[in-house]
Amino acid sequence: MQRAAPAPALGDAVAHQTETFAEGLRLDCGTLLRPLKVAYRTYGRLNESRSNAILICHALTGDQYVAERHPVTGKPGWWEIMVGPGRPIDTNRFFVICANVLGGCMGSSGPPSEMTDAEGRPQGRPWGTAFPPVTIRDMVRAQAMLIERLGIPKLFSVIGGSMGGMQVLEWAALFPGRVFSAIPIATAAWHSAQNIAFHEIGRQAIHADPNFHGGEYWRHGTIPARGLAVARMTAHITYLSEQALARKFGRRLRTGPMLTFDNDLFEVESYLQHQGSTFVQRFDANSYLTITRAMDFFDLAAEHGGSLGEAFRATPVRFCVISFSSDWLFPTAMSREIVRALNAAAANVSFVEITSDKGHDAFLLDEPDLFRTVSGFLKGAAERWSRG
Amino acid sequence: MADGEPNLRSGRPLSDRLDLRLIAEMVEPRSRVLDIGCGDGALLDILVHERGVDGRGIEIDMREVAAAVAQGLAVIHADADTDLAFYPDAAFDYVILSRTLQATERPREVLAQMLRIGRRAIVSFPNFGHWRVRLALVTTGRMPRTPALDRPWYDTPNIHLCTISDFFDLCAMDGYVVERWLGVDDQGKRTPWRRNRRLANLFAEQGLFLLRRR
Repeated sequence: MQRAAPAPALGDAVAHQTETFAEGLRLDCGTLLRPLKVAYRTYGRLNESRSNAILICHALTGDQYVAERHPVTGKPGWWEIMVGPGRPIDTNRFFVICANVLGGCMGSSGPPSEMTDAEGRPQGRPWGTAFPPVTIRDMVRAQAMLIERLGIPKLFSVIGGSMGGMQVLEWAALFPGRVFSAIPIATAAWHSAQNIAFHEIGRQAIHADPNFHGGEYWRHGTIPARGLAVARMTAHITYLSEQALARKFGRRLRTGPMLTFDNDLFEVESYLQHQGSTFVQRFDANSYLTITRAMDFFDLAAEHGGSLGEAFRATPVRFCVISFSSDWLFPTAMSREIVRALNAAAANVSFVEITSDKGHDAFLLDEPDLFRTVSGFLKGAAERWSRG
Repeated sequence: MADGEPNLRSGRPLSDRLDLRLIAEMVEPRSRVLDIGCGDGALLDILVHERGVDGRGIEIDMREVAAAVAQGLAVIHADADTDLAFYPDAAFDYVILSRTLQATERPREVLAQMLRIGRRAIVSFPNFGHWRVRLALVTTGRMPRTPALDRPWYDTPNIHLCTISDFFDLCAMDGYVVERWLGVDDQGKRTPWRRNRRLANLFAEQGLFLLRRR
C-alpha cells in the first residue's frame, strides 16, 4: 500500500462544471457559507416545458460523474449502467442532473476547496477541518439552489441510493412542491447506530494516520492515505454480502498455503487493499470525515418532531422505495419503515425488495429487477405527469 | 406476468379473471382505491387506465410486486395481515380484496381494517358452499378440488374458506351493510341466482360483495 501520495491541489486539479452562488447558504449549524459552489454534470436536454429533469443524488463516495468517464480515475461513470441513452433513466427522454454534494471534493464547496471568510473573501488556503459541519438537509438546499439556477421549477424525479437515498427523502420532505416523484434506493430515514459505529472506525483510522496532521495534511504536502484506505476497506466490507465475498474470493490464497504473516495472503485481502489504494487517489480525507458525519446526523423523523409520517404529511410526491434482500447496511426493514410512514401519510408509494445476494452494492450493479422497477415506475409517473 | 403463466393465487391464467370487470364496475370513476393482494396489478391496471382511479396495491408475492411496479402501477410489497394498520382512517374510497380473504391469517381483522381505511370495501372469495364442493366432500370423503379451489389441501394458500351464507353472517355480526352482492361463476360471470342467498350459496362459485360501515 502506498504511504504518502502528493497532496491534491485544493481539489481544483480538474476543471469542474460549477455554479457559484455569491449569496451563499446558511447551514443548519448556523454558519453562512459564502460563496457556495456547486459542481455538477448534466446529460440529455431540458425540454421546452422544463418538465423532464431528473436529479440524481450520489452516495457517500460518489460524485457528479454519473454517466461518463471519471476525469481522475478514467473509469466509467458510477451509474452508467442505469443512466444513458436507452437506459432505465433514459437520457434521450430525460434531462439528468447530478451535483457533487456539499462537503465533497469534486468541485463543490467542501474541505479541500478554498476557505472564505464571513464576507466571502478567499483566504488562500483550503478549508480543511475548518469546514463547517453539514447535514443532508444542507446538501439538499445546495442542490435546490442549483436546480433553481438551471431554471427548473419542478423536478420530474429525484433518484438516489444509500446517502443519495437520504437526500431523496429529504428533498421530498423539504420541497414537496418541487418534486413530482422520488426513488429512494437502499436507504433509511435515519442512520442506524450500527452504521454510525462503522463510520467511526473509518474516522478513527484517518485520525490515527501520522500523515493526517490533525487534518492539516495540506500544509505538510501529505495525505493520510493509509488511514483513508483503511476507512474505505472497512466501509467496502459493509457494502458487500457474505455470499458476494465468498463467491468472489472464498478462502483462496494468492500464494501457496504457507502460514505467514505477509500482506496479501488471501485474495480478499489484496482486493480490499486495491479498493483502499485506488480510493485515496480520488477522495479527500477531510471530505470523508465531513460527509460521514452528515450521514450520521441524518434523522428525518427527528427533524419532524419524532414522527416520520409527519415529514410526509399530505405529500403529493409519488414514491418508489427499493431495497435489496441481502443489504445488511441498509436492510429492507429500514425501507419498510419509510413505506409505513408514507402509508400513514396516505402517500402514493410503490415498494419493491429486490432479491439479490450482492449486498448494499447491488444498487450500483447489473440487477435487471432494479432496472425494470426504475424504468417502469418512471413510465407510470410520466403518464400521470402528462395527465396533469 | 407473462401470458399464459398461471396466476399464483388461483393457478389459472389471468385472462380468465372476468370477475375483475365486475369489480371495476362497482368502483366510481376517479375515486381512491386500495387493492389488497393485487397480484401483478391486473385489476389496478383496469381501474387506473379505464376508470381514472388513483389506485394503489398491496401484494405479498415479490415477483408480482416487481411486475406491477414495472408496469408503472403503485404497488407495495406488504402483508395484508400486518400492514393495513399503518394506513389512516378513510384514506380510500374503496378497499378491494379479490379472491384473497380466504388466504389471510385473520380475515375478520382484515375486513375490519378495510372498512376503517376505506369508505367501502369490495370483497370476492370462492364459495365453499357450492354444490360441487359439497358433493365432492360427501362422495369422495376428500378435500374438494374445483376450478375455483384447484390446489391440493397441502399446497393451498387458502386457510379460511367460507360460504356466501357464512359471509352474510359475518357482515351482520360485525355491522357491515351489504350494499350490493353477486353470485359469480368461475368465469367471473354473474349467475342467475344472485337474487336468492340460498340458491347463490349452492350455485355460485364465487361471492362478490360491496360493503360499507353501518
